[in-house]
Amino acid sequence: MADAMKRNTSSRLTKWLVAGPPLVFLTLFFLLPALIMVVASVRYPGEFGALAPLFPTRPGEEAGLTLENYGVFFSDWIYADIFAKSFGVAALTTLLCLAMSYPLALLIARSPRRHRDLLVLLVILPFASNFLVRVYAWMIILGPLDLLFSRFAVIVGMVYVHLPFMILPLYTNLEKHDPVLLDAAQDLGANGWNRFWRVTFPLSLPGILSGSALVFIPVLGMFAIPEILGGKDDWLVGNMIKESFLGTRDWPFGSMLSIMLTAGVLAIAGIAAWAARRVTVHA
Amino acid sequence: MTHSSSFVDAKQKRTDTRGYTGTLAISRFRAPVPLLEIRRVTRRFGDFVAVDDVSIAVEPGEFFTLLGPSGCGKTTLLRMIAGFDMPDEGQILLDGKDLADTPPERRPVHTVFQSYALFPHMTVAQNVAFPLRMAGRPAQEVARRTQEELDIVHLSDKAGAYPHELSGGQKQRVALARGLVNRPRLLLLDEPLGALDAKLRVEMQLELTMLQKNLGITFIFVTHAQYEALALSDRIAVMNSGRVEQLDTPDHIYGSPRNRFVADFIGKINLYNCSVIATSSESLRLSVAGLGEVWAPPHADVPAGTAGTFALRPEHARIVPRSQNPLMKNHLFGRVREFFYVGDVTTYVIDLDSGVRFQALLANSAPGRAKFFELGDEVAVEWPNEAGMFLSR
Repeated sequence: MADAMKRNTSSRLTKWLVAGPPLVFLTLFFLLPALIMVVASVRYPGEFGALAPLFPTRPGEEAGLTLENYGVFFSDWIYADIFAKSFGVAALTTLLCLAMSYPLALLIARSPRRHRDLLVLLVILPFASNFLVRVYAWMIILGPLDLLFSRFAVIVGMVYVHLPFMILPLYTNLEKHDPVLLDAAQDLGANGWNRFWRVTFPLSLPGILSGSALVFIPVLGMFAIPEILGGKDDWLVGNMIKESFLGTRDWPFGSMLSIMLTAGVLAIAGIAAWAARRVTVHA
Repeated sequence: MTHSSSFVDAKQKRTDTRGYTGTLAISRFRAPVPLLEIRRVTRRFGDFVAVDDVSIAVEPGEFFTLLGPSGCGKTTLLRMIAGFDMPDEGQILLDGKDLADTPPERRPVHTVFQSYALFPHMTVAQNVAFPLRMAGRPAQEVARRTQEELDIVHLSDKAGAYPHELSGGQKQRVALARGLVNRPRLLLLDEPLGALDAKLRVEMQLELTMLQKNLGITFIFVTHAQYEALALSDRIAVMNSGRVEQLDTPDHIYGSPRNRFVADFIGKINLYNCSVIATSSESLRLSVAGLGEVWAPPHADVPAGTAGTFALRPEHARIVPRSQNPLMKNHLFGRVREFFYVGDVTTYVIDLDSGVRFQALLANSAPGRAKFFELGDEVAVEWPNEAGMFLSR
């Protein structure tokens, strides 16, 4: 008994030693700042940026807490419009990435084992060059074609940058499929299309979902690509947030936008997780 | 070999048709063709010959087994019948039609894979319904036949379960139901019992034979488990290095192995190099290494001086105490070195006086604690002439 308890305590200690550091790190640098941001979103902006004090230091100064920022967000359709546009761009980017990645991931997963590592390396090779350089390269390509500073250019850039994030989880999933399942399907009368649609595709849904999350969420917050490749009307949420902090220096408003974006992403992630549970519980 | 001769008969009949010529004559007078005919099939992988000029004919309703050690070509042969691999030479015919241009999904042949290959994202019922849906059967028929098939394999209560929720035996039965639901002309079974524990294995063997007899579907069963092959099969093809060493009924395979490989692979046996001293119509006189002069049943066309193998099943030998006088002409003396008691029988390993080892088996047929000899006991072994076998290689 005592022995078992000792073992239990020591194993619990090990668990905390292993999990502790990252837990502390995330609490300090993620959870805490997130809470600070929630508080910031209900405060007044300072005179020269940053935040106004919580208690007035001189008469007439705006201080304390307010829901004004949220009021602004819901009173003007333009914010909802930009949010909708952002979610639209993110959804379209995700779809295009999926359409382009699936055949490629399938190709890599079904190529001879000794080639796979090389092909995966090629997929992540773009990361070796600087992000901005890669996006500027598109300016050089799209400029002469008169396609620059358009929604089209933004989507092209988004898809280009995020493609590997879709390919890798898809490949990881497809590579694990037991090839004998396809033999079995064919043996039982399934033609090429049915083998894909009734076996490969449903089994790859978890990969599709994680790949989609890895593309959809970063695209929502992306501001560099719309700024470099997009036109005036192609501002997304990310640009607005960046502008609030660095342009108009209205930190509370920027914080509010961030919170709204996080809420939106969480809502979608929740739906995705629910859908994932439905399709993966038996896969 | 009977099958190649029936094929010759068929050819003869075609030429015998008086007055009739062309296709009509052929179709009217065709002799019954085997369900599956493997005609001189060879398959190479680089320099390795996996299947070497194999000819087999399987009759409708048969439980046919391909038996051999791993790498003997039995699985390659099975994959060619299913259509996943193509012969380099020769033909595979189903109902007399060459299958060369028929892809696996269009062959009326289903396979039960060693790993079962159940679709993990489908329920038991969806797995079983899969071949019916692929065949485009109407929804109502699919539901009805799936239900019937699940009843046959006693899995109706598991219809909504997923494969990962099933035991090994249940998965096995789902795989069987899925392979049979469409009533294929031929069901191929690739070591389907290999993953089951011994007791379940015996249960499934029984279920398998009953299912096969009740449905009348032809089974081609691949295994390396010799006792399973003997217990289940109507006929067995023993394969080695890509060739069929012997194709026969289980009792002939065991009782009259054609060569040293078959004798050694199936069951326990004593094997010794030997040469023929003299032959007559009643018996064969052999000089056997370590046993001396031994009499065996007559064997066609083996002149004196022929080298070969002398084979004797352990259960055909009798052990008596050395003090007791042996009654048979073939007898030798030795000492018990080891024994393996397995309940119903005990196998004794005996060191003969000549130094060679000899196995004899005694049935523990008397009630109570059965043990006839102890380690180191001085014994004599003897066997009747007709029990010995001369194998040509």
